[in-house]
Amino acid sequence: MNDVNTRLRLRFEKTGRAVYISHLDLMQTLQRAFSRAGYSLKYSEGFNPHPQISVALPLSVGAASRCELLDFRLTEPAALDDMPEKLTSALPEGVTVTAAYEATRKCAAIKWLRVEGLFEYDARDRAEMAAGLTAFYERESIVIEKKTKRGFGKTEIRPSIREIAFTACGEGVRVSALISAQEPTLNPELLAAALLQLQPELAPDFAFFTRLETYDEQMEVFR
Amino acid sequence: MDKRLRRILPRVQKPARYTGGEVNQILKDKSAVDVRLAFCFPDTYEIGMSNLGLSILYHTMNSLPFVWCERCFAPWGDMYAEMKREGVPLYALESGDPLSEFDALAFSIGYEMAYTTVLDMLDMAGLPLRSAERTDLLPLVFAGGTAAVNAEPMAPFIDLFVVGEGEEMNNELLTLLREAKLGGWSKHDFLVRAAQIGGVYVPSLYDVAYNADGTLASVTPLDGAPERVTKRIIEDLDSVPYPTKPIVPSTEVVHDRVSLELFRGCVRGCRFCQAGYVYRPIRAKKPETLIAQGIETLKNTGYQDVTLLSLSTSDYRPLPGLCDGLLDYCEPRSIGLSLPSLRADNFSIELMEKLQKVRKSGLTFAVEGGSQRLRDAINKNVTEEDLLSTCRIAFAGGWNSVKLYYMLGLPTETDEDIVGIAKMADEVLHCWRLNAKNKNRGVKITISTSCFIPKPHSPFQWEAQISIEEYLRRVNLLRSSITARNVTYNWHDAETSLIEAVLSRGDRRVADAIERVWRDGGRLDAWTDYFSFERWMQAFADAGLDPAFYANRERSVDELLPWDVIDVGVRKAHLAREREKAYRSELSPDCRHQCAACGAARLLPGRKCDE
Repeated sequence: MNDVNTRLRLRFEKTGRAVYISHLDLMQTLQRAFSRAGYSLKYSEGFNPHPQISVALPLSVGAASRCELLDFRLTEPAALDDMPEKLTSALPEGVTVTAAYEATRKCAAIKWLRVEGLFEYDARDRAEMAAGLTAFYERESIVIEKKTKRGFGKTEIRPSIREIAFTACGEGVRVSALISAQEPTLNPELLAAALLQLQPELAPDFAFFTRLETYDEQMEVFR
Repeated sequence: MDKRLRRILPRVQKPARYTGGEVNQILKDKSAVDVRLAFCFPDTYEIGMSNLGLSILYHTMNSLPFVWCERCFAPWGDMYAEMKREGVPLYALESGDPLSEFDALAFSIGYEMAYTTVLDMLDMAGLPLRSAERTDLLPLVFAGGTAAVNAEPMAPFIDLFVVGEGEEMNNELLTLLREAKLGGWSKHDFLVRAAQIGGVYVPSLYDVAYNADGTLASVTPLDGAPERVTKRIIEDLDSVPYPTKPIVPSTEVVHDRVSLELFRGCVRGCRFCQAGYVYRPIRAKKPETLIAQGIETLKNTGYQDVTLLSLSTSDYRPLPGLCDGLLDYCEPRSIGLSLPSLRADNFSIELMEKLQKVRKSGLTFAVEGGSQRLRDAINKNVTEEDLLSTCRIAFAGGWNSVKLYYMLGLPTETDEDIVGIAKMADEVLHCWRLNAKNKNRGVKITISTSCFIPKPHSPFQWEAQISIEEYLRRVNLLRSSITARNVTYNWHDAETSLIEAVLSRGDRRVADAIERVWRDGGRLDAWTDYFSFERWMQAFADAGLDPAFYANRERSVDELLPWDVIDVGVRKAHLAREREKAYRSELSPDCRHQCAACGAARLLPGRKCDE
């Protein structure tokens, strides 16, 4: 049993139909799921109280994840062993809680993110594409134009990519990458967007990413 | 998921509304059911998922083990364009299967401006628009909802209408459809049998003839169909199933909360109000039932808000007890309780204070008419003194925003009545000056007007709507009468009101115009983003119809009206009497003070209305 002041953490997956739920909607959905499952979230004090829950790394609409982390506090102690099951049955299809535990480290310590992606090509040779992609990402510098708060700015993304590998597969080209999760955050979708800007003949017709695991600065798994 | 859909969804706004998979959705094994039904709502997901009727019927129809009822909504413009481009047909949310695989499509049509969207959804499902062109029994296309009280403008497109409350009727119909499907009946044989179910109106079983002047000459039932179709009601609301495990959308919708329906019908009888007549007789739920259902629903949904629904919440006799019972559960859990549709005359500030502990939102009053004489004529039993005394308490209690709603173009309205609206706003402002606790924060008074639309089955069903020019003249008169700085005036455009007036009192010939509007790209016409007045006017002209014939023409009391084939309970003679009284500015007491024998009680054999 945990103390009411303990910071608790959920690890959950967001796959299938649930990938289209936006970050804000997911927060509302999770909040209601706690209530449906019979848990009482701790609220902030003040004029407009809101539940104290936060997701470590907000996920873009359309992307899947097997390693989402949510921090929260409860108003009364609760058993953690059956919490994943109880919450999962109160959540929409595709949101699956895999673990509930006391948080020991702050999510700010997350540095690297393992992602897997699929680049789909409708009418191009997959092996050729895989080779081209590998060559492209061997560049020492990849500067792309990114929308910022003030119009467009140039961003160097290469240092944010620690590892990247491409293999042709039945559906397209499989991407496996280790990218910077925070400071700076690299949205994996930029891995496809960069191609569109710099080498459009390699840009996929459709790209889909799944987050697999979070790591700290020392490449230890962060949970 | 469909590969094309996977590519489309990340590109459209709010894709979660197109995926299904929400908490409490109902999944069944499609090979184990006999009837697959697509419950179609001709508007967006956000509007449809806020509709209590849809939630109720989704559960009652799914309570039949041989039926799997799924949901389908109209896609917003961006998704619509993507689906068209990629050739993705309309699909149901639960299974993702295209509508062409279903045995029946059921449309819930709550308002006339949804008509073009119904046609669009039929087309996106790959079906011919007209009932006569769909020669097979399956898929059956039926429709219900408030618009069914005058089904004629949509008659050529819909195989049958379910008129009134659907909890029991729909299941009787689906049971018959299963028999027909398994027995291999023809569509005609099925429709003839279905017409014998109470509340079912099969337009193709009625021959319609017109007079030379365009009015209706006769409506002749065929193959044993009833002379008039009497709307169905649920006699006992406490025993009818209520969805305590409703679907909880995974994205924000308009009404994202638990809705508890206090009663059906209304005791007031405001003469402009269709709802006040077509939902009679009055039947209330017991507070014990509502409290139990409310708590169970809150537990099953995790919602943080409950709202009480009815046409006139303050007329629910056990309201204080109900609120106390709900608050006992809600308060310790920080769950909010809201009460819309309170009347100014017995409005209780104390109750409001109790409910809104934190925020003091604005007060809204539907005053409707600018003078006591006009309010008496429309039987809106609110006096200026009621309004001002409520405002007095509210301003003293810290409220500082008041909205006043009016209609322009009500029968008997004069310029004096319109100037009266501005005077009333001044009175409210004066009242604020005398009573406000803290004047530094200022006050905001908002007047809103819309153009009156005469509706079928109301005492004003024979009335002419004022023309657009006349509406604008009255708007300008009101504008120039408002002098105070703190008073804002918003007016609803008259163009939509004109189209709505044509559609609400239209006959079968209007169907041609609706189809032309759709062919010209019209859909989601309830949204100003998509509504085009020019498109509608062009369609009427091309169909050889004069909108004024439907909207701006006063009918004689003995004219055969397109909706006379539907019996909502209230007698036509009662409506005519109420209209006469309107011209004498004579009030009718509410049903509780004196039963006017309107006729609705006939629908409750062996029970009493409002008991």
